[in-house]
Amino acid sequence: MSRYLLRFGVLGYLALLLLLPVGLIFYRAFEHGIGHAWDAVTTPQALHALELTLLVAAIAVPANTVFGIILALALVRTRFRGRGLVNAIVDLPLALSPVVVGLALFLLYGRGGWLGGLADDGIRILFAVPGMVLATMFITLPFVVREVVPVLREIGTEQEQAAETLGASPLQVFRRITLPSIRWAVAYGVVLTTARAIGEFGAVAVVSGRIVGKTETLPLYIQGQYESFDTSGAYASSVVLALIAIGTVVALRAVHPREEESES
Amino acid sequence: MASSAAAVEQPAVVLHRGGGSLARGVALGYLSIVVLLPLAALVWASRAGGLGEFWDQVTRPEAVAALKLSLGIGAACALINAVTGTAMAWVLVRDRFRGKSIVDAMLDLPFALPTIVAGLTLLALYGPSSPFGIDIAFTRTALLAACLFVTLPFVVRAVQPVLLELDEEMEEAAASLGAGSFAIFRRIIFPNLFPAILSGVALSFARAVGEFGAVVLISGNLPFKTEVSSVYIFGQLQSGNGTGAAAVSVLLLLISLGVLLGIGGLRRWRTRHDYV
Repeated sequence: MSRYLLRFGVLGYLALLLLLPVGLIFYRAFEHGIGHAWDAVTTPQALHALELTLLVAAIAVPANTVFGIILALALVRTRFRGRGLVNAIVDLPLALSPVVVGLALFLLYGRGGWLGGLADDGIRILFAVPGMVLATMFITLPFVVREVVPVLREIGTEQEQAAETLGASPLQVFRRITLPSIRWAVAYGVVLTTARAIGEFGAVAVVSGRIVGKTETLPLYIQGQYESFDTSGAYASSVVLALIAIGTVVALRAVHPREEESES
Repeated sequence: MASSAAAVEQPAVVLHRGGGSLARGVALGYLSIVVLLPLAALVWASRAGGLGEFWDQVTRPEAVAALKLSLGIGAACALINAVTGTAMAWVLVRDRFRGKSIVDAMLDLPFALPTIVAGLTLLALYGPSSPFGIDIAFTRTALLAACLFVTLPFVVRAVQPVLLELDEEMEEAAASLGAGSFAIFRRIIFPNLFPAILSGVALSFARAVGEFGAVVLISGNLPFKTEVSSVYIFGQLQSGNGTGAAAVSVLLLLISLGVLLGIGGLRRWRTRHDYV
């Protein structure tokens, strides 16, 4: 009896908080017909926002993948003072308000900031793609690192040492031994990184200056549409992002079981 | 699992021969450019007007009200998640029903869904055009709902692996000795889950205190009523008060760092289980 109570309590909570709201967005987006929704997401402004979102992700995700693996290797395979602090700093983007992240970049690259002079040399960071990429990189830094670190710990160094004794170069060891063992963890991290990169709002809102048709990503566009009372446009674009999110969840499921397989 | 501690202590021969210092240098360099340098600039800017100015900025009534609201929402959200998250983890691990794996997958959705979309979906259901006639837009209840949405997975995903590993024999032994189900939960299950619940709760709290995207549409941003710290910071920056924005941001930064160092301490204390 109490078991059913708990089950239905939990499922009811999930339905009210998660399933109904997300479902309603789909209903609202398509209530005037699919053609209407399609028109709303294919306006030049919406398409530009989608392109920009994908462009920012296309730069930030590979950067955080490569450096995330290196960071994980440094954290697990080397000893140095202050490693605990570095660990906390890697996690910081998970716990810090995105607005604070955006503001920090704004103050660093803005007028009067330490690197504000770059703008005078013609290198635009703020209100341009580089600033948005930096903000996204900051926010999505932890995901690959956090997925790879536990796997690196678990596989240990025995195989790497064996390869080393047999004369393999560090690069060969990494490519032939380390990378195959962590590849599913990397894949999982990349999926999470991509999802967060595409959806990032707060940090990008601060550094982009939200110039319509220039530095407006899809999440910013959605807010703009909603606030200018084009709710059906906002809902239609939300569905695009929600579909990407659902795709992400499916991809996570596809990657995860194999990761467990390779561990055992 | 058990070998992880031993693996950590093994000398890392491969990376020690040159590769190690290179990896470390590149990693720390990247971390400095992407994370540390902007944060240093933030702290620097917050004290541009001197310590007195910093204090004046963080003690402005509107700033204090926003911070109190953020902390209150964060605490409420963390407490609710402690209960609902543990219950959800329990149902997902110990209960059996059709479609359980779909529910399990669905729980990742708040991680993957952009926060602005989360806010918009809640506004569609519980806002002015609600099909149920429930309109909580621009209230603190709406803020709480938005934060509960985005932090939904934290406690579940922290508790789930621990519960999976928990040996049911202990519970059977307790039951055979005459313990009731409440006594078993209180004396055996809860103490085992407690560290995981706590780290999930701490992350929920940190995330809820700083949430922006999910609350920006739904809160209405009424000063002293529904304006949380992140929205206050954004507003101050827009109205040209960079110092004030930076000062409150430094407070949020300290709270986040405190929470993370707390979780780090918790992780060391809880040696048996890996934290996800």
